Amino acid sequence: MKDEVIRRLGPLLLAVLGLAFVPFVTSDYVLHIAIQILLWGFVYTAWSLMGKFGLVSLGHGAFLGIGAYASPLLWNYTGLTPWLGIPIGILLAVLLALIIGYPCFRLRVVGHYFALVTLALSQVALLTIVAARDITGGSLGMTPKAVGHSWYALQFPEKPYFYAIALVAWAFGLCIWHLVDLGKGRAALEAIAEDEGAAASIGINVMREKLRVTVTSAALTALGGSLLSQYFMYVNPDTLSGIAVSLQIVFAAIAGGMYSVFGPTAGGLFTIALPEILRISLGTNFVGAANTIYGALLVIFIIFMPRGIIGWVESRLAAAPAR
Amino acid sequence: MLSLRRVSAGYGSFRALFDVSLEVAAGEAIGVVGPNGAGKSTLMRVISGMLRSSSGELVFEGRSLTRLPAHRIVEAGIAHVPEHRRLFAKLSVEENLRIGAFLPQARRHYAERSEWVYALFPRLLERRRQLAGTLSGGEQQMVAIGRALMSKPKLLLMDEPSAGLAPLVVEQVFNLVRLIREQGFTVLIVEQNLQQVLAIVDRAYLLEVGRIRLSGSAAELKDNAMIQQAYMGL
Amino acid sequence: MTRVDIFLLEAVINGILLGGVLALLALGLNLIFGVIDVVWICYAELVMCGMYMLFWLHVFFGWPILLACLAAIVGVAGLGALLHLLVISPILGSAPINQLLATGGMLFFLQSLATLLFGTDFRNIGLRLPVIELGDIFISYSRLLAFGTALIGAIALYLFLSRTYLGIAMRAIAQDREIMGLMGVDQRRIYLTTSAVGGALAGLAACLLVLQYDVHPFIGLSFGPITFMICVLGGLGNMIGGFVAAFIMSQIIAIGGYYFSIEISYVLAFVFFIVLMFLRPQGLLAR
Repeated sequence: MKDEVIRRLGPLLLAVLGLAFVPFVTSDYVLHIAIQILLWGFVYTAWSLMGKFGLVSLGHGAFLGIGAYASPLLWNYTGLTPWLGIPIGILLAVLLALIIGYPCFRLRVVGHYFALVTLALSQVALLTIVAARDITGGSLGMTPKAVGHSWYALQFPEKPYFYAIALVAWAFGLCIWHLVDLGKGRAALEAIAEDEGAAASIGINVMREKLRVTVTSAALTALGGSLLSQYFMYVNPDTLSGIAVSLQIVFAAIAGGMYSVFGPTAGGLFTIALPEILRISLGTNFVGAANTIYGALLVIFIIFMPRGIIGWVESRLAAAPAR
Repeated sequence: MLSLRRVSAGYGSFRALFDVSLEVAAGEAIGVVGPNGAGKSTLMRVISGMLRSSSGELVFEGRSLTRLPAHRIVEAGIAHVPEHRRLFAKLSVEENLRIGAFLPQARRHYAERSEWVYALFPRLLERRRQLAGTLSGGEQQMVAIGRALMSKPKLLLMDEPSAGLAPLVVEQVFNLVRLIREQGFTVLIVEQNLQQVLAIVDRAYLLEVGRIRLSGSAAELKDNAMIQQAYMGL
Repeated sequence: MTRVDIFLLEAVINGILLGGVLALLALGLNLIFGVIDVVWICYAELVMCGMYMLFWLHVFFGWPILLACLAAIVGVAGLGALLHLLVISPILGSAPINQLLATGGMLFFLQSLATLLFGTDFRNIGLRLPVIELGDIFISYSRLLAFGTALIGAIALYLFLSRTYLGIAMRAIAQDREIMGLMGVDQRRIYLTTSAVGGALAGLAACLLVLQYDVHPFIGLSFGPITFMICVLGGLGNMIGGFVAAFIMSQIIAIGGYYFSIEISYVLAFVFFIVLMFLRPQGLLAR
């Protein structure tokens, strides 16, 4: 067991150490991209906690939106520090996860139905935010009151600060991933994914296992959302909630490979860096060209690499010695 | 009419049939018998194209049908009454028969064929509009056979027509098979129910663990000491 | 009758009229799900493509509107078949979620392609149909036309599915895929035909929607999500259920929009959907 922990933490520590030097050698622009990749990678990892056990949620846009809006709203209207605002956001997301998860799992809403029920959830979140435009600014979005460099307000105009925060959050997310992977719950969840009825009949508490992983995933997603809004200092319903965001999360996690620890992060690299590269290389002459290529690539990925980038690399590596 | 030459098949890495050769002449009724798991259903699925053989040849009326997809094999004139009937439970009896006549050449003769099937099984005429899933087991078997006959096949494959039916109904079903025979169809029938099937076929093959163990006329097999011992409890 | 009641009545009538088009979309999606067992997340984007086709053929190339409509229906039918051949058929054997996501990727692709080709401008076909006055109630002629055509489309689909060999085979395939070959049915051809018919229904919906709404690359998002909800509410693959659900949802939207705002009415519809999923997870009409 101890060896296993070292074997797993080794690569992660190496990655964190390596990435810690990035701010000293690159520009703010690269840092800006890197922060986004880390934060989104964190969110995608959170989603994959559910996804890899066959719980395909298209509702993570809702959890992300709650996290993203809770702390700026509390900060602007009550002056509450994000240090409390973020936990409140997480709590709300967990509550929502329970409200949706409990009846879903009780009534065995699975597969397509689970995906579509949660899809409705993310759209409810989006439309609620838009409808409450007097408070949230509607589809124009809102900005937390800026106070300059402040630990109390969790606002840092200098990029390296947020880079460090993003890196810690990301590493934390991967640790949770390992914990779930090593925990007793994993075998249970795999059995449930295989055959729910059979799992229940051998004494697995299906409800508890599913709820636990759902709540974990929702909480981490909300945390990711709040960090994203703190970093950007701007929230907008279309980029942080709703169906498009939910789909983006699922795409990235699957394109990267949801069965491997670094897979969702690879998905983050793919979904953040690729459109950025396409945007720069194609310029602004062709509005939509970057997204068109991106969309086509997504489809091609899903058809030809159903286990994602990392999954594909792993299967290549596994096949190589055999030849 | 139909000949299988050294046909092998399986599911994934599991092999269910080993070099099976078999002949059916026009107008004959042939039985394939054997214990559970001998590969009888696999054999039927290979002939009708539901499962692709891994090696060997399948020739029907001088034409090779080897590894053709199922819908092409029906076109060639082989109809398959699948195990457990597999009716479209939520379609009416009449709609089930129409699906059986899906092929263009069968559609042209739909009116005449369905009349003929209803004449053969008058019970179905009464229940024409009823959902197939609500019929009794024997009636369902009639629909399954009727559906297969709609394509005007030259050869009829029947996979365990008596499976899962009550003893009294089994008797009925074998009467149906006899009826079909009298209509001049060539029939290849797979059964576990040895005694019943040997009473209606001309010749039979004994399949064990994917291989043909014995073959001969129905009378020969009935008198075979090994068969009597292993399968008839005599 | 007080003034308020008349507006409410108008909202209800408009709700019924909107329900017709939504029912048409739900029928198409249900047909595809029932036969092929995939959910086309990009279904409403096919409608968007149809609307653009119509717009360009009619406004830009000056085709007569009816001919342009016909061309759009055929065009979207072709798109549906193409979508099946290029995206769905290579992954028919993989996990359902991958199929869902591949069509989700198509959603992004079609949206961005439309942005690339046509920009983000709102475009109007410039056809203004008169408004009918029934006493104090105003009903737009284009909505009435849309409702009537949607109803005719639905009836045509019903007749197709109950009377023709192809239609019966489509209903049968949902019950037992494996033995369809034994009936002489080539599954691949049925799938392709179904995709084309589903596309044609989207094309028809496009013709009806273009009379009421401006075209822009993201118009699909206004109809897509609600269509999924309707299909699930009615029971995925259950045509009659979807038809009924379309009218329930459109009433919630119409009446909610009357009392509150349009966003709130959609929130209400979605909340209604979620609650109902817990009461009847297999759909409204499930036994």
